[in-house]
Formats: sequence, structure tokens, C-alpha cells
Amino acid sequence: MAHAHALTHDDVMRPPAGREPGSGVYNEKLGMWVFLGSEVMFFTSLIGAYIILRFGHPEKWAPPGEVLNVPVTAVNTFLLICSSVTMVKAFASAQDGNQRALRSWLLATVLIGASFVGVQVYEYAELVHKGFVPSEGLYGSTFFTMTGFHGFHVTVGVLCMMFVTWRAFQGKYTATDHRGVEVIGLYWHFVDLVWIILFTIVYLI
Amino acid sequence: MASTAAVVHEPALEHAHADDRPFIRKYIFSTDHKIIGIQFLLMSLFFLLIGGMLAMVIRWQLGFPGRAMPGGGVLPETMAPGGIVLPEFYNSLVTMHGTFMVFFAIMPLLVGVFGNYLIPLKIGAPDMAFPRINMASFWIAVPAGLIMLAGFFVEGGHAAAGWTGYAPLSANPELTGVSLGQQLWCVSLIILGLSSIMGSFNYITTIINMRAPGMIWFRLPLSIWALFITAILVLLAMPILSGALIMLLFDQTLGTHFFLPAQGGQPLLWQHLFWFFGHPEVYILILPAMGMVSDIIANGSRKPIFGYTSMVLAIIAIGALGWGVWGHHMFMSGMNPTLGTGFMISTLLISVPSAIKTFNWMGTMWGGNIRFHVPMLHAVAFVSMFVIGGLSGVFMATTPVDIYIHDTYFIVAHLHYVLFGGSLFAIFAAVTFWYPKMFGRLMNPLWGKVHFWLTFIFFNAVFFPMHGLGAQGHMRRIYDPTEYEFLAPLQGVNRMITISAFLLFTAQIIFLVNFIAGWFKGAKAGPNPWQDNGLEWATPSPPPHGNFPVTPHVYRGPYEFSSPLAVDDDYLPQSRKLETDREPAVLPAGD
Repeated sequence: MAHAHALTHDDVMRPPAGREPGSGVYNEKLGMWVFLGSEVMFFTSLIGAYIILRFGHPEKWAPPGEVLNVPVTAVNTFLLICSSVTMVKAFASAQDGNQRALRSWLLATVLIGASFVGVQVYEYAELVHKGFVPSEGLYGSTFFTMTGFHGFHVTVGVLCMMFVTWRAFQGKYTATDHRGVEVIGLYWHFVDLVWIILFTIVYLI
Repeated sequence: MASTAAVVHEPALEHAHADDRPFIRKYIFSTDHKIIGIQFLLMSLFFLLIGGMLAMVIRWQLGFPGRAMPGGGVLPETMAPGGIVLPEFYNSLVTMHGTFMVFFAIMPLLVGVFGNYLIPLKIGAPDMAFPRINMASFWIAVPAGLIMLAGFFVEGGHAAAGWTGYAPLSANPELTGVSLGQQLWCVSLIILGLSSIMGSFNYITTIINMRAPGMIWFRLPLSIWALFITAILVLLAMPILSGALIMLLFDQTLGTHFFLPAQGGQPLLWQHLFWFFGHPEVYILILPAMGMVSDIIANGSRKPIFGYTSMVLAIIAIGALGWGVWGHHMFMSGMNPTLGTGFMISTLLISVPSAIKTFNWMGTMWGGNIRFHVPMLHAVAFVSMFVIGGLSGVFMATTPVDIYIHDTYFIVAHLHYVLFGGSLFAIFAAVTFWYPKMFGRLMNPLWGKVHFWLTFIFFNAVFFPMHGLGAQGHMRRIYDPTEYEFLAPLQGVNRMITISAFLLFTAQIIFLVNFIAGWFKGAKAGPNPWQDNGLEWATPSPPPHGNFPVTPHVYRGPYEFSSPLAVDDDYLPQSRKLETDREPAVLPAGD
């Protein structure tokens, strides 16, 4: 009996019994990966439009740092990357069954994610105060649309993460079943990755 | 080993018990894929009716321009004073006919209805992978439809920039005089896109992960293969449209400049984004039809489908090639001729897998014991009409020909031969075929045949002459053909088309009555009225909550008709175990 040993993570997080072998991962994880494919295409449409418009009229863009506050956003980028690290730590704690660590790391991720959104709101307010608004040429159009929709995704992520954290405080995630933590983690890392691309092409180039 | 992970997922058995959920959870906010499929069916048949009524008004104006429309007096002054259609309202009519038919009728009928209804039943699953997301996808589509309807009643009228919403016409309200209507159009389609994406990743996950033991990939019915590839197209194409619509909406409301040339925005960018979505969309609207017709033709011919593997590969090839052809919608938009040649060649390549499918359908029927039941009639009509639409597609795809027939009634004829002659005939085939499974009763076959023949005859009377109109230069989307001297000799044809269109619309009342009457008074169907092999026919009609009392095991493909192994019948269900069959390797819990 090869499987008579104690439960491992691999044993449980699998498709239901009595099925044809599918992808080998459980539904929620597969569904999130597939959904992220859709998200990739969504950001592709926005980023693709940005690239085409910018190549068409490069003179409509101010040099980096002239309008946008790059140092503040660089710190914000660092924050978001840190939140991916805390997310990884939360997932590792869930795998170990360490409830206290899981709760702390999830809480840290929520707080850092929320502060990212907070800094972005501050950045927007400052820009609007300076007169840089969405109707301000192609620069304003693309900047606010791309960063705005990313911010919207982070906000949704924070809300979902709060839900996961609430469930973690109820002790719903065990060493053998912590699907919610893994699935929200996938989304979170994706949103982080998109930001790294956006920060590069919007703020640095 | 047995004591391992069963706690995580409940097996199907627990679901199949007597259903004691309250009415509202059972029929309104239901998570059962079958109810959601029927909800989508009722919603999209309603919008099919709306789209058809808009088409009637269009046809009246084209056949009898400037004359008061019978019953047109009910329309408000802003649309048709005295029953005479206003030019501004005519623009809204063509826009909204296309929008409702593509996004709220054909697409939900194929993907929303049959994706939901058939996928779990045909793969032997108790429900979708994410039943609550499935419910949400329907209840998001409903407000999208209501918002789209609301556009008719706002100031300035409904969107009038065509169903393709070309910028800057759609982006600058001053050009059409429509502002709020166009914004509602964008909002509605963004919401509908979200609904489609939620449906599609649900379908994909379900098909990959929830097949019954023995249902290996190459035993899947072609309808499921087609819905699987379609779901991938929806998943990847809809977000492109959403992104484009968001930019368009911002141009209208926030004053951005994406598609407005004054500040360096690019109207052509809209066309590229729209058609990068739009061409995969074309295959979203035909692939499920092809798949379901394959199931029905094999059933009606009492023969295995000819060339199953090549059918699957053709579906995959069409789905893949569909991403590289969007430029053929833009030959006249000022494209580099070399690029145009590339798009022409990639487009013509699609006729290869399409022709493979057509010949395979004919090969299936060849020498078969054909039963011309109502679904089979519609399915054969699908094949023949699709051939005509496919051939006129070759004309459109060939750049030099397209330059001549672009924006004429030739394209109107082409797209209706694939969307009505193709998709809608397949939808009639599928609705009549799976109706007994959905409602447990049969539709009246005699009236079904009357409806089929009237639809088939008047469909051709309406759309075939349009090829000729287009070749003689009759422009599409024009308000009044009598304004042009060179179109005067064609007005008789226009009138003939209009009268046929009214008869075509009237014939649909037969279908509607038959549909409703069958629900209450139809003969009891029994589990397998068509003597088919699919798993859905191995469970009662309508199937219980949870679909299968016992998870079925699958021993063969879905097209074993007239098999020598079946002694008493001429069909061999996928789940019937013969002595020679081996049990499929079941994935045990935790292994």
C-alpha cells in the first residue's frame, strides 16, 4: 500500500475521486489559472493600445519624472513586491499548518496591499491637483486608464484577501486543505507581476 | 488508502437525492447548470424576438421607404412619427439589430444555453466546477440585457454607430447626436463580457477536470469539443473587447483621446481591437453550432461520425487560425497591401478545415439509414446553408473582390447565410433535439416540420437575392434606396425580400407556440427519445438535481450507431457495458 502513510498536501488537493484524470490540480486552482489567461488578454488590450498610441505620437509624452512622481511610486512598487513575499510566507505557513503565522502573514499582505492602493490614491490626488487629468492628451488618457485598472484589480484583491484572512481567523485552512490561500495567492502574484510591467513602461521609459 | 481525502469533495451520489430546495433557489437563483441553461434559453429567445422585430422595421423601410409602417403608430415621435421611420432611428435599428442578435441572441443561445446544459450532462459530471459563479454569470447577463434595452428610451436615442461601433463615430457624440445611448451600449457590453468570461473559465475547468471515468478526450462528443475550443476563444477574446469598450467609454465620458484623432488618438486602433476580438467571435458563433450539428447528423444518419479525429483537429485548427485573420475586416481601412495579402491567405486557409468538416458531414450521411426528424432537417439545412455562406466568404476574403463588394448587400447576404443559415438553423436543430431532455416532453413533430420548411424557404427567399443586390452595388446600411437612381431597377427585389422577411418572421410564431405548447402538453419523452448514445440520454428526462443517480462509466465514443456489437438496437450508449468492455481506470481518492 503505497499510500498508507499519513496524509500529505499532494494527496488531498486533487480532483474528486471517481473521475477521469484531469489536469492533476483541483478545480479552484485550475479555474484561477484559466481566469488569469483572460486577465492577461485584458491588460494586453490596454498595454497594446498604449504602445501603438505612443509609437504614433512619441512627442505627446513628457520625459520620465517630469509629471509623475517616480520616487513615491518606486517605493509603492517595493511595497507591492513585499506583499508578494508575505503572500508566499502565508502560503508556506498554511502548508505547515502553522495557524498563527498564517494569520499574521495574511494580515500583513492585506495591510501592505491596502497601503499600495492608498499611496496610489494620494498620487492621483496630487496629479489632479497639478492639472494632470485623464483628458490631458494621450499621456493622461493612457496613464489613468492603465494604472487605474491595475489599482482596481489590487482593490479587488485586497477585498478577497480580507475574506481569506477572516476565514483564516476562523481556522478554516488546515495543512491538508488550504485552497483559498493558494488561489488568492495566484491572483495576487499576477497583479504584482502586471504592476512591474506597468511601472517599467509607464514610469521609467 | 480508502480513508484518505474524501472529505474535500462530495461524490455525485449525495447530490442526486430528492431535491427539497425552496422555489427561489430551485428556479430563480439556481446553481443547477440545467436550470441556468434554461434561463439562458428563455432570455436569449426573448432577445432573438426583439432582434427579429428590429429587422422587420428595417425591412419595411427598405421595401417601402417613406410609407407609414402598419402598426408603426405605436412608436414614439422620436423614432417614427406617424409610422414613418426617421433616418436617425434607422441608424439605431441596424446597430441594435446586430448588437442584440450577436451578443444577446446567438452567442448566449449557443454558449450560454448549450454550454451550460450539455457540458456536465455529456461528460458525466454532477454539475459545473463552479456552480455559484455559473449562477452569477446568468444574473450578470440579465442586467446587461436590460441596460441595452434601456438605451431605446433615453434622450438622443440608442447607439447608432453600427454594431461594430466604429470610432470616431461612436466616440464623439456630436457625430451621431447620440451620447447616453452609446454609453449604455458600452456599459452593457462590458458587463456582458464579464458574464461570458465567468462562463468560459467555468466550462474549461469543468471539461478538463470533471469527466466521468472512461470519458477520455477522444471519446468526448464533438459538441463538447466545440464548446471547449469556443470557451477558450471567449476567454481570450472577450477581455480584448472589454478593454476596447472601456477606452471608448472613457473617450465618451472622461474626455480621453484613445480613438479621437484631434489629439493624436487613432480611430484605426478601435478597428484593430474590435476585430481582434471580432473574428474569434465569428468562430464563437459557429463552432458550437458545428459541434452540435455533428452530434445530430450522426444520430439522424444512424452511422458513426465520419472522421472523428479529423473533426476534432478541424475544430482546433479553426479556433487557432481564427486569431490571425482579423485584418480581412479592414481591407478598405487603408492597410498596407502586403499585409492585406497575408490576411487574405490566412483567411483562405480557414476554408480547409471548414471543408474537411463539410465533407465529413456528407460522409456521415452517405449510405446511412437517415431519419429525417425535425432536428435532422435543421442540421442538414445548417450544412447546406453553411456551404453557401462559406463560399461567399471566400469572395469576401479575396482582397480584389472584396474591394468591389465591400459594404454592399453581398456582405449582408454572406453574414446571414452563416449566422442565420448556419448558427440559427443549428440552434433550431439543437433546441428541438435537446428539448425533450430539458422539459421531459416532445415538441410536436408535424408543426416542427412545417416550421422548418417555411423557415428554410423564406430564409432563402430573403437572403439569396441579396447576393445579387450587392453585386449590383446596393450599399448596406442605407436609409432609403430610392434616393439613388441606379438602384431604382432593384426596388422590386427589395420589396420581394421585405415581403419574404415578414413571412419568415411570421413562421417563427409556429416555433414559439410549439415550444410553449410542448412544455405543458407535449407527449412524454422518456429518457432517450432519439435513441442516442450520449450520457445525457442515460438519465431521466429531465435529469434530477445532480444529473446521474450513479456516476456513469464510459466504455466507448459517442457515435456507435449501427454497431455490430449492439445486438438488439442500432445504437450503443457510451455507458452500456458489454462483456468485452474493460472497466475504465478510476482515479481513486488520494491516488
